[in-house]
Amino acid sequence: MESASSYIPEVPPFRQSGVIGAEGWRLSSKVSELWHYRELFYFLVWRDVKVRYAQSILGIGWAMIQPLVPMILFTIIFGRVAKISSDGVPYALFSLAGLVPWTYFSNALNDASGSLVKEVAMLSKIYFPRLIIPLTSVLGRLIDLAISFVMLIVLMAWYQTVPTLWVVLLPLLVLITIVTASGLGMWLSALAVQYRDVRYALPFAVQFLMYAAPVVYPVSLIPASFRYFYAINPLVGVIEGFRATLLRSGPVPWDLIGIGSASAMLMLWFGTVYFLEKEPVFADVA
Amino acid sequence: MSISHTSITVDRLSKRYRIGAKLERQDTLAGSLLALARRPLTNLRRLRDLTTFSETEVENDTIWALRDVSFEIKSGETVGIIGSNGAGKSTLLKILSRITQPSRGTAVVNGRVSSLLEVGTGFHADLTGRENVYLNGAILGMSRNEIDRKFDDIVEFSDVAKFIDTPVKRYSSGMTLRLAFSVAAHLEPEILMVDEVLAVGDIRFQKKCLGKMGEVASQGRTVLYVAHNMPAISRLCQRAILMGNGQVVQDGPVHEVISTYLNSGLGTSAVREWPDLQQAPGGDITRLCAVRVTDEAGNIAESVDIRRPLRIEMEFEVLQSGYILLPHLYIYNDEGVCAFGATDVDPEWRGRRRPTGRYTSTVTIPGNFLAEGMFFVDANMCALEPFIFQYWSRSSVAFMVADSLDGDSARGDWTGHMPGVVRPMLNWTTQYSQRVPARAATGTR
Repeated sequence: MESASSYIPEVPPFRQSGVIGAEGWRLSSKVSELWHYRELFYFLVWRDVKVRYAQSILGIGWAMIQPLVPMILFTIIFGRVAKISSDGVPYALFSLAGLVPWTYFSNALNDASGSLVKEVAMLSKIYFPRLIIPLTSVLGRLIDLAISFVMLIVLMAWYQTVPTLWVVLLPLLVLITIVTASGLGMWLSALAVQYRDVRYALPFAVQFLMYAAPVVYPVSLIPASFRYFYAINPLVGVIEGFRATLLRSGPVPWDLIGIGSASAMLMLWFGTVYFLEKEPVFADVA
Repeated sequence: MSISHTSITVDRLSKRYRIGAKLERQDTLAGSLLALARRPLTNLRRLRDLTTFSETEVENDTIWALRDVSFEIKSGETVGIIGSNGAGKSTLLKILSRITQPSRGTAVVNGRVSSLLEVGTGFHADLTGRENVYLNGAILGMSRNEIDRKFDDIVEFSDVAKFIDTPVKRYSSGMTLRLAFSVAAHLEPEILMVDEVLAVGDIRFQKKCLGKMGEVASQGRTVLYVAHNMPAISRLCQRAILMGNGQVVQDGPVHEVISTYLNSGLGTSAVREWPDLQQAPGGDITRLCAVRVTDEAGNIAESVDIRRPLRIEMEFEVLQSGYILLPHLYIYNDEGVCAFGATDVDPEWRGRRRPTGRYTSTVTIPGNFLAEGMFFVDANMCALEPFIFQYWSRSSVAFMVADSLDGDSARGDWTGHMPGVVRPMLNWTTQYSQRVPARAATGTR
């Protein structure tokens, strides 16, 4: 008895007593399970970051180059040649402010979608909440976001741009991006376990999404009547928000951000539900 | 806790898998083209069907990896699960460790569970040994503090201390496995489920692992152990469950169950025959035809009473006449310790050049000689003068020596564990003198 009462569990109680084979799941218990596995979550994110640029010469430098190269390209093609409006902001700055959140989003989505298939060896050997895997990819890319954000600040200093006080909104904008990437990432990763077509279709979809977001052009080019529909893509509000708060390209687009947040939450809900519905069969079909 | 409670209760557990249905073959070009065009549609149906089962459907496309499996495991028991490939052992373990869900039935698990279906899950080649210990520990369910505390022990156990800050990809495969096993060996679950992970590393490390497993079992933990390795199971477990075709075939004391398993012809047995001389072990001079373990009456015996003699026969074909041949056997116990080697010293053929033909050399091992447990026989042959190696057939047959508890074997009235590879019946004598008070003794004089 003595050992039982003085016993402090060090492992999440979810590894403890449980009925296997009971039907269904509850969202609340899944979320608290995720919390109990937070150390594993932390270690996996840490591994993700640590391993990503292992044995490369530039290492984390790649996180800077990723948005910089398209920025230069876009500045030449869309800024100089096509002379697309950039709301009065220097085009290089304009496009980098769009590319920083966009690059994070597309990398996070890409990693998350393929994550379950990549970790199939682990899926079939050990139990832990599977939600951790796509979420790890989404969070692991935040380091890249931080580094590319530093690049943006450097460029802003170069152009002597002073941000507005609304920069306090940035964490919210990043959160919307995380939520969107998580929602879509969970859905696509669960889908990819069963249908590997996802891997082949995703590059097209990401390409399409980029042009459906104001990365290379400003929202002001979109007809006003069409804008709210356009804002269903949460990245619209995020990118415009980045530009408005950092580059003073215009007033904070509350409407776009509001619509985007709602649609991001919807995506998160749908992605989570789809994922949890499919979770029991991952090990069988992967 | 003195009352033994139930650790695992498995109730009519079943698991159905879909096996790939055969694609229809098309004989005409038009037919193939049409099938090709329809392929995405059939693919979609096939992939979707992987996860959907209807109760009414004809069952030729699905298999039951487990069917109505029920058993109970008490807290502190060490239970081995045996059975041939495809018997459902791994599926059972996967369900109990929550990797996959059962199609029907339930299992209730009471206590902290660690499942080891593989060692080194989540190991990453680009991370150092140290980093992998932390990562793998977290994956197996250890907290950061726990790993901090055990880190030195883990590294010491693995023998890779010198390379702990080197990326694992620079390790030899043996080193990686040793490190991975060390992490696993330092888990402190209440219930441990293990699948075949002992087959790692070199012999010395394997023994270390077996020792560690035995330690875990002796600490009153519940251990569920799946393996093909009969020696290890017979050593570690008191109870075994034999599975076949997804069902429990037998559940009982380990030696009885192993004996059933060996007798069923599913695993290594007391007979091994090589009907085709071309494929048989051996060289130009002689080939091995069969090895058999029999009782004193000559019947094939997988399990023999420790008190009775047993025989081992080696049947071989001599293809070239004129050589002096030396049939010999090595007998190993379940820990890989060689109990003894035996060379054919039959005076009739000793030192004599043999003509072609079929020979059977038989050796009789007396009763009350080998200890109880599993034994494995290597059958060997060489020619002498000149020395020419012919064959060395490792673990060609296996047999079990069972000690009775009747009290008339070398263990006498002791019913517990006895060490040693042999258990001879020896002659004991006792000298006795009644202790009498010194004064009284002198007084009688």
